[in-house]
Formats: sequence, C-alpha cells, structure tokens
Amino acid sequence: MGIEQRRIDDAGLARGMAALTPEKIAKTFQALIAGECGARLRTYVETCMRCGMCGPACHYFLSHDGDPSYAPVGKVSETMWKLLKADGKVDPRVIGDCAQIAYTECNLCRRCMHYCPLGIDTAYIISVVRRLCHKLGVTPMYIQDTAHSHSATLNQMWVKDDEWTDSLQWQEDEARSEFPDLRIPLEMEGADFMYSVIAPEPKFRTQLIYQAAAIFHTAGCNWTMPGTPGWDNSNMAMFSGDAEIMGRVERYHFETAQRLRVKRIVMGECGHAFRAVYDVGNRWLGWKMHPVPVVHSIEFFWELLDQGKIRMASKYPGPVTIHDPCNVIRGRGLMDKLREVVNHICDGVVEMSPNREHNLCCCAGGGVINCGPPFKNVRIVGNKAKADQLKATGVQTCIAPCHNCHGGLEDIIHHYKLGMKLKFLGDIIYEHMEKPGAV
Amino acid sequence: MRELYEFAVGPMAWAAFGVFLIGSVIRLISMYSLARKKDGPFLSYMSWRFGLRSILNWLIPFNAQGWKENPLVCVTTFVFHLGLILVPLFLLGHVVLWDQYWGFSYPTLPEQAADIFTIAVIVACLVFAWRRATNRTLRFVTTGQDWLVLLIAFLPFLTGFLASQHVGPPLVMTTLHVLSGELMLMAIPFTRLSHMIFGLFSRAYMGSEFGGVRHAKDW
Repeated sequence: MGIEQRRIDDAGLARGMAALTPEKIAKTFQALIAGECGARLRTYVETCMRCGMCGPACHYFLSHDGDPSYAPVGKVSETMWKLLKADGKVDPRVIGDCAQIAYTECNLCRRCMHYCPLGIDTAYIISVVRRLCHKLGVTPMYIQDTAHSHSATLNQMWVKDDEWTDSLQWQEDEARSEFPDLRIPLEMEGADFMYSVIAPEPKFRTQLIYQAAAIFHTAGCNWTMPGTPGWDNSNMAMFSGDAEIMGRVERYHFETAQRLRVKRIVMGECGHAFRAVYDVGNRWLGWKMHPVPVVHSIEFFWELLDQGKIRMASKYPGPVTIHDPCNVIRGRGLMDKLREVVNHICDGVVEMSPNREHNLCCCAGGGVINCGPPFKNVRIVGNKAKADQLKATGVQTCIAPCHNCHGGLEDIIHHYKLGMKLKFLGDIIYEHMEKPGAV
Repeated sequence: MRELYEFAVGPMAWAAFGVFLIGSVIRLISMYSLARKKDGPFLSYMSWRFGLRSILNWLIPFNAQGWKENPLVCVTTFVFHLGLILVPLFLLGHVVLWDQYWGFSYPTLPEQAADIFTIAVIVACLVFAWRRATNRTLRFVTTGQDWLVLLIAFLPFLTGFLASQHVGPPLVMTTLHVLSGELMLMAIPFTRLSHMIFGLFSRAYMGSEFGGVRHAKDW
C-alpha cells in the first residue's frame, strides 16, 4: 500500500529527479502556489472532510480491491497535501513519487466529481501537481517527448509539414478508387467546416482519414483541412503540465480555422483533443468559450444522420455496447446523441452499468497511455473494473468514439481475453452507409 | 462555578458569536477577493441556475452517485447535519435564552423530537468515529484535525443531552455545554468546519461548470 511499494523506473523521471535539489523544489513549489493557485485550491484543501466517499469513484481503487492509496483522496493526500504540509520542502524522491501518481495513476476523468458532496475537483488538484512536476522537469519520458513534438512541430507525433499533406493526398488517392470524384479539400477558404484530427491519424491510423473523407463526400459536405501546422487538435502538453505549449498549440488551431474562415471546427473521434479545444485551451488564451464553434464527431454524425445526408444501407449486426468517453460525455454531455447514433447504425445496444456520466474510465486518457510502455501494466491492472464491466454485457462489440479509449480498451480486451471488437462510429458508418457515388 | 457560568453566557457568548460571525464574513470576503484575483476566469462560469440545481440535487438523499454508493455515509451525513442545524436553532431551551436576553422568540421543536435529534447526532458522531478508525481509506488520509473537528461537533450535543437528562451536577454540565457550543462556533471559520461557509460555493461552482459548459449533471 502506497507509492513506495510500486515505483517504476522511467528515464524521464530519473533524469528529472537527479537534477533537483530540495531548495529548487521548495522555491518552485512556493512560487507555483503563490503565483498560479488561488481560492479553488485553498477551498478544496481546507474543506475536504476526508470522508472517503470518492474511493469507489476511481477505477484504480476498484481494480485494486479498495487500496486506499488509489482513492482520489488518497492520491491527493500523497501529493498535494504532503507538499503543502511541508511547504514544498521535500526530497527529489517525493517529487518522483508525486509525478508517478499524478501522471500515471489518475486519468483526470473527473468521475469522482459525482461522489464528492462538496464538489472538490480532484482532477484540478492533480493537474496542479503535474504542473509542478513539469516546472521541475520531472515528467515521464514518453509524454515529455510528445510535448516536445508539440513544441517543435505543433503536432503530437513529429509529423513533418510535407508528410502531413502527403498523407492526405495518399488517402485521397486511395479513396478515389472507391469514389472517383472524391477530394480531400486542402486550404479551401470559407468552407463550412475545418476537419481536424489528432496526429496519430496521419501517423498510423490513416484509414480513419479515408473513412471520414468518404463520409463527408457522400454527405455532400463543403469542408476543408488545413495544409499547414495547426491541423492537429491533440494536446499532450495539456496533460504534461506545460500550459505554455498547450496554449500555443490551441492558438494555432483556432487561428488556422480563422484563417480559413470556416464556420466551425469538426473534430475526429477523440476525447482529450476535444477537451483541449472545447474548454481548456480557450481559457488559457482568455476566451470564456472557444472562439470558433467546435463540434465533436458524435454530434456531427448525429446531424448528418438526422438530416438524411447519410443513409444507412444496413445496420451493424449487434448487439453492441457503448463506452462513454469522459471528455465528451462528462465534458460535453453528448451521451444522448451518442446513443441515438448507435441505435440508428447498430442492431441493438446492451448498456454497461454504470453508464453515461457515471461511466468507468478507459484508463488511457489524461495522458496516462502517453506515458508509454513503462506504465502499460499500471493502466491494464488498474482497470480490471472496466474489463469486468465490459464482460458483464456479454456482447461482442464495443463502440468507443475516442482514440484514447480505443488504446486503453484494446489493451484490457487483449489482457483479460474478452474477445471483443472495438469500433469507432466512423468505422461502422463508413462500412454500412449507402454509397451512391461509389464504384 | 457560578462565575464561570456567568462568564460563559456573558462575555464569552459575545466573543463566540463575534468570532463566528465576523470570522466567517472576513473569511468569505477574503476568499472571494482571492478568487477574483487568481481564479477570475473560473468565477465567470458561476451560474445561479446551475449552481442551485447542483446544490438541490445533492440535498436529496440517495440521489447523487456518491450517496448511492456510500449508503451509510449518506444516512449518517443527512441525519447529522439535520440535527446539527435544527437542535441548536429550535430547541426550547435555546429559544428561551433568545427571549430572556433579547426579547424575541419563535416556534420550537417538541421536546421529544429535540431529544431524538440530539441522540441521532450523537450516534452519527459515533458512526463517523467508527468509520474513521476502521475504514482503510479514512485511516490512510485522516489527520489530527479530522478527529479534533469531530470532537468539537460532538461535545455540545453530548453535554447538552447529559444536562437535559440531569446527569451530573446541573451547573457544571450546563457550563460545559455552553462552553463547548462556543468552542464549535469559534472553530467554524478556522478549521475544516469552514466547509459550512465554503461548501455551498464549491458545490455551486462545480454545478455551474457541469451545467453551463459540460452540459452534464454533476451528481
């Protein structure tokens, strides 16, 4: 019980800790609390009654048989409260432990919001811990690499400028063998919407761009993609605690949409990217809400189906179950639209329990999967609860409209031998829609 | 003893109410100005509609997911807080004091109901203590202050109940009751009991975020 018994070697954490001195930690911590934290943190710390109600909210806690060090309050106690009590005068090892807890044992999924009578935002407190670790340079190597990539290329996966347009033209070429007049319009000013994706799509899930293009083409959409950096809507700097890079990435994203004079941004099936664009980046940049309307794929597909622009030729043979991604459900309230879309395109739904706002997390989000191979088992063992929940539905297919959720669920499906297929909405719509223009 | 009693219901009572009221107001104002200074963007999401919606939904037992999955805490918390508000404000013995010193009065709780609520609060405190001592999660996160505030909330009810049942020397018991009540009042602004002052605001903020931005419920 406790982080001391489960420390994991990570090159980034080790390098960061080696460069720290207690004086530097104390100075950075005190400056962070005085400079960036205010009434929210103070209220949360002071009024938490240590009632332990948040324990069963957390999939890590549930998956580890109620180990209190995985309870949200336990994780806050081991990090922020410990730091506040010592006024930051702690050893580098403590910062390493804080980093491991904050980056790899909390997905910032905010499920615990539904468990705290006082409305204490655990995810915010853990984000502040991450911010401190970032400022101290104690970040897991893999997620830091993605933040570096954001910094250097404005996308998450070191995709070079020409590789981006190349990948789009490659997918356009591929798709034209199915839809001879299909285009992936680049840099088309005044289009109805800019479609933005996360960097893993051009990097290794390129068929998703093909699918999206096929759907937009069939629906007769007036759309475009940017030919310049600013196309990537993902944002790992948001999770590494690097608010400055996070803000830069979001500024480019919004400004790209504004330069193209599109009416709105439609985002692919990703959750964390939606969080970054919908309500994190804008706040850092001084906008109360996002400066360009932002629509997640769930809602956009719902519109296309609702308006009859896409018609289904057949339904996906079900029954299926629905995984509710935290960032678009707890973060945007798309649970009803998600269900309407799934019911329209699939043959029967078996709901998980609990579901909707109370869904259990995939355990990949919040940057946890981006901490890479050293922590893979942390999130697989730490999400047995989700595996049990999936298994209890007894169905063969799970629909998860989020990239991170796919990453996390794929791993637990494999590890716990659930034998389930995992689908994006786009996978099913593309497979089963009427394709009048196809040859 | 008589002098101590006179002190407790005289200058000490003034001090206790003063510390409680002025302390609470000062803490609220300073927290609000800190919020304006440092959390301004977040303050701008505050909404009456969604804030109240969240508070109301959390005031219904077994409505929020947290209450549903922690039934013992749910029942104990509601009983405890109900007694904690009703008994001090509406006990006949307390209203009589208002009348005696300030010349006003208002409806009171029937004696029997007051007794039941008092016992309920005492039992609730014991349940809280038992959980704190035995529950793994609580043991992991409990600090000295958690025990202290529980004791501070427990004492006025214990001494009040003993005094009303004529256990022990009446004057000593009553004096202890008054003093422990005053201790609790003075502790509210400066200990974890300040969730009485700030709790509604943190709840309302979460409700506003969830209602206005996230379009999801937060209970």
